[in-house]
Amino acid sequence: MSKFKKKKDGGLPAISTASLPDIVFMLLFFFMVATVMRENSLKIQNSLPVANQVEKLDKKNPVSYIYMGKPSSGYEKFGSEARIQLNDQFASLTDVSAFISAERSALREELIPFLTVALKVDRDANMGIVGDVKQELRKVNALKINYTTGVGDVETNMN
Amino acid sequence: MAKRSAPEVNAGSMADIAFLLLIFFLVTTTIEKDSGINRKLPPMEEIDPPIIKQKNIFTVLLNGKDQLLVEEELMEIADLREAAVEFLDNNGDKSCDYCQGKSDPRSSDNPDKAIISLKNERETSYAAYISVQNELVAAYNVLRNRRALEIGPSKGFRGMNFVEMQKNYKDARFVGNKEKLKAVIDQIKLEFPQKLSEVQ
Repeated sequence: MSKFKKKKDGGLPAISTASLPDIVFMLLFFFMVATVMRENSLKIQNSLPVANQVEKLDKKNPVSYIYMGKPSSGYEKFGSEARIQLNDQFASLTDVSAFISAERSALREELIPFLTVALKVDRDANMGIVGDVKQELRKVNALKINYTTGVGDVETNMN
Repeated sequence: MAKRSAPEVNAGSMADIAFLLLIFFLVTTTIEKDSGINRKLPPMEEIDPPIIKQKNIFTVLLNGKDQLLVEEELMEIADLREAAVEFLDNNGDKSCDYCQGKSDPRSSDNPDKAIISLKNERETSYAAYISVQNELVAAYNVLRNRRALEIGPSKGFRGMNFVEMQKNYKDARFVGNKEKLKAVIDQIKLEFPQKLSEVQ
């Protein structure tokens, strides 16, 4: 009757880790798909305010980004007031019009009227600089703007 | 000669490689925010501004200390939406048959003439400004949603408010007549035009 002899038990059987790569790959693919590589490395603080009446920014049309905020740590020599960042560097107000024409020249002609300027402004910045930039944008006739915000309750903006 | 099977490749380190890649992507991922409030700036040409009656302008002033002054009265941001809805929906000259306002002769004539003027100072914080913008857009959306629920059923879009209509119009997977939907959206936009001026 050796057929029914109990196998010798050597404690708990080891848990199979054969499916571990599958799980990890699954996560990997998720992050690969969800990742957007940063176009610009930010030199300013940029925590956006939140709003709940937002519309999605239409990615079919070209979008240019203008960042504004206080210089972040490591760039204190640029002051503690909010600054403008275009592409990868700090810029002054007069550079905005040149930036817009550079962005336009990279576009196909029929898309130029649809260029949207997304303003990514830090919540602690004040409206003075934003108003100045809006004025510059009006001068170069870039009238479609978008105040980029997160999604959330506006009450959280104030503290 | 006995056929020898090819030796199996050891896949034990596959998990390690995958982990390495995973951690790289975890660190580099920033989920970009791509939502916001769309606005159109006024063009620069110096044309003579049309003369607008004072009662058709709803003045919102946000001062440097983030205090809100609406029609010369202090107000909390939480109450702004309601006040703006009341102003837009007022229907002073009784020409708007879809309004439900009080028809106060001292307030706006009709939604087409009503203008909200938002002023700010240089020291106003951006967060407060966005909060106010948000509330004003919300006021327009309240009225447009109400109108959408009124006229929607007769056009074949039952139980869909304005915000959902816009979302569906942009959604590629929406099953339904997009041209008809666009017509409804445009009609509502015409009935409650968003006249929001940002003064420097």
